[in-house]
Amino acid sequence: METTTVDAILEMRGITKDFHGVNALSDVNLVVRPGEIHAVVGENGAGKSTLMKVLSGVYPYPEYRGEIRFMGEERRFRGIADSEALGIIIIHQELALVPLLSIAENMFLGNERARHGVIDWALAHRETRELLAKVGLKESPATLIDDIGVGKQQLVEIAKALSKKVKLLILDEPTASLNESDSEALLQLLRGLKAQGIACILISHKLNEIAEVADAITVLRDGATVARLDCSAGALPQSTVIRHMVGREMADRYPKRTPRVGPTVFELRDWRAFHPVHTDREVVKGVNLRIGRGEIVGIAGLMGAGRTELAMSLFGRSWGHRISGTVLKDGKPIDVSTVGKAVGHGIAYVTEDRKSLGLVLNDTIAHNTTLAHLDGVSTHGVIDEGREHAVASDFRRRLATRCTGVHQAVVNLSGGNQQKVVLAKWLFADPTLLILDEPTRGIDVGAKFEIYTLIAKLADEGRSILMISSEMPELLGMCDRIYVMNDGRFVAEFGAAEATQEKIMHAIVDADR
Amino acid sequence: MDQSIPSTPPPAAAPGRTAHFLKQNLREYGMLLSLVAIMVFFQVMTEGTLLQPLNLTNLVLQNSYIVIMALGMLLVIVAGHIDLSVGSVCGFVGALAAVLMVTYEWHFVPATIACLLCGAVIGAAQGWFVAYFRIPSFIVTLAGMLVFKGLALALLQGQSVGPFPDEFQKLSSGFIPDVFDGAGDGSLRLTSLLLGVGVVAAMVVIGWRARANERQHGMESEPLALFVARNAAFGAILIALAWLMASYKGLPNVLIVMFALMVAYDFVTTRTVLGRRIYALGGNEKAARLSGIRTERLAFLTFVNMGVLAALAGLVFAARLNTATPKAGLGFELDVIAACFIGGASASGGVGRVMGAVIGAFVMGVMNNGMSILGIGIDYQQVIKGLVLLAAVCVDVYNKNK
Repeated sequence: METTTVDAILEMRGITKDFHGVNALSDVNLVVRPGEIHAVVGENGAGKSTLMKVLSGVYPYPEYRGEIRFMGEERRFRGIADSEALGIIIIHQELALVPLLSIAENMFLGNERARHGVIDWALAHRETRELLAKVGLKESPATLIDDIGVGKQQLVEIAKALSKKVKLLILDEPTASLNESDSEALLQLLRGLKAQGIACILISHKLNEIAEVADAITVLRDGATVARLDCSAGALPQSTVIRHMVGREMADRYPKRTPRVGPTVFELRDWRAFHPVHTDREVVKGVNLRIGRGEIVGIAGLMGAGRTELAMSLFGRSWGHRISGTVLKDGKPIDVSTVGKAVGHGIAYVTEDRKSLGLVLNDTIAHNTTLAHLDGVSTHGVIDEGREHAVASDFRRRLATRCTGVHQAVVNLSGGNQQKVVLAKWLFADPTLLILDEPTRGIDVGAKFEIYTLIAKLADEGRSILMISSEMPELLGMCDRIYVMNDGRFVAEFGAAEATQEKIMHAIVDADR
Repeated sequence: MDQSIPSTPPPAAAPGRTAHFLKQNLREYGMLLSLVAIMVFFQVMTEGTLLQPLNLTNLVLQNSYIVIMALGMLLVIVAGHIDLSVGSVCGFVGALAAVLMVTYEWHFVPATIACLLCGAVIGAAQGWFVAYFRIPSFIVTLAGMLVFKGLALALLQGQSVGPFPDEFQKLSSGFIPDVFDGAGDGSLRLTSLLLGVGVVAAMVVIGWRARANERQHGMESEPLALFVARNAAFGAILIALAWLMASYKGLPNVLIVMFALMVAYDFVTTRTVLGRRIYALGGNEKAARLSGIRTERLAFLTFVNMGVLAALAGLVFAARLNTATPKAGLGFELDVIAACFIGGASASGGVGRVMGAVIGAFVMGVMNNGMSILGIGIDYQQVIKGLVLLAAVCVDVYNKNK
């Protein structure tokens, strides 16, 4: 037995938790020192979220086995209220803010600055302003949550945690939906909190960010602790962390392929689109794009550059207003004014938001697979369920989707497998141009490689792939050509050989000047 | 024997597989079993009155308009909407029919067509606001409920109008003609009985072919024992019911209409592209639109369909009462919506089955009828119906969370 580490703020020892006989955590250990930024990494399903739910009391004491010591004493939390009272605050990936209430109202939700049930708004607003200042926000406390971006919402959540006298802050994928500058601001804030002695547990898939801020890393795999890495002396190479995560050396994070780019298939000329609500704001400002047969073309850029808007306005005018420009397929102009027409011309769009835009979550894998091309499994409008089953099973095998069967509801699948279902849906429509918007967002390292391999294979089959991504290494690893988009325009274009992360960043920064 | 279908996974131990399949499809069997249980309960409590041929026929006639509207309502609910106006539309169309046929003495055929068209126009108007103008259906149809209740009153000038021409009354009070008239002693309507047997035979054949198709493609199919048991049980029940009605006046015309619609709507929802798209629309409208489905048009069409069915129900109801009254259709929307939810539809859309809604309507109908025979007052009848609705949905939610 190890002896108790004296200087730890949090010690979790031998945590074991099962769900109906399935082991989610077995004998997991986690030690966090005061004022430490401690990263918890692992593939999806490794048990990170479950561990945090045990820690925050979502799974109360007798439901798990093991010991939790916080600030020197053994704790047995019976609910979130118990852990929050001691200053353990968890900020979930899906932010727990009410969009149509103001920042001040959200700040003290459930903890109102009230006397005899009557809220003292003057006090609440003053305290809110102080808390916002601590996280570097200058918004008015009366601003609605809906009116500020995701990055700022994240900061409001942290301010809210500060209002509860946080001692240990847990962040679950805080930067998953942030752009690079917002992410950087958030990481900077964590360093500031650390200076004030607030410890932090950071759950993230983004290893470069972890390398930047973490003092220690605990790696989970299949519900067990596989390593506790100390990086206070300096960042560890990412390959070391990945090796622990996947349990194998990942020499190549991207599949090797020899691009065979054919003649131009699709061309976009002077494409423009305006914001659907603020109708005088031009979001896509005259984009020209071409893509060849079997080519993988990337679009790099920061959040808000207009990449998703470009893709969705092209895909049957699914976004925007006053859209103009020409789309050419094989040199001839085509009509893509509705999704149906765009699909008919061989365009498919895999959305960045698979849960709310890509899938009918409560429906089965089979039904989701055929949704965009029901004609392929029906005659005279009557669906042949046998054929549908065969089609879905075939894609399940080809994409190695892990599920109990094609009649499983997609809501029960992991992120990577859900993404495979979305891909299957569009592959069944047999597209010539496949637009992938953040195809690996929220997907673990192992599944990412599978998706990359699939993308490479699709390009080799002669399909054109247009890939939008905020992860630059991914674009550099996969694409034959990269456009850089900034503020609605393409500001640079690089071939695979010449593109580097620095050049792309420079192109963005120079354009902003 | 299964050599031609190598893709079929080797069946596990039969009892285990049967239990597994039952568990997976518990909801559908459970609904039917609870209807049977309720019928048995009232059959015992009413000392056999419930299933007497006369009462059984009345039960069908009394519920036909609720069932007809439940078919349309199910589509509206699955698409993620609600229609509160169906009761008023039903009453309004009944009033229109009366004015056309009684006051203006139209022939019943053009009058019926005009009424159904009127229902379509009403549905289209409401659907337009919901689908293209993006006003919540609850509000649009609440407005429609008031508007058409008022228009019905205006049309009838507060009076009851009737009686209808004889041919029109046949829609509700008529029975299918007996082509074997005179055969036997005449106490049994042979055509009706044979029709019942024919329907059962068709059900078995279609079910068997669907099962064969599933097996051919390697799908998990209903185990043979269960298939036989289920078909034998329901076949026997259907034939028994047909025999009971055949020993009275035969099958009512409206039962044939209702049954044909039931089969058609079940087919559309479970087997066609159109049906699948409605489920996708209700399950996730944005994902459906990005999959190339014209979601607005689809939502619009579900309301048009609802309008037509509400009009048909209005005609059936008016024909049954043989008069149009300003109060006709009052509160029907509640029974119709309750039938859908008892039948397992989800208030948030994307979930629900036609057969569930039909069974839900009959659960309500049998309870109404049974409690009336038992002499339970209208006051406590409502209390009991309300509690049954709540209980049915609670069981659903509980099963889902388990």
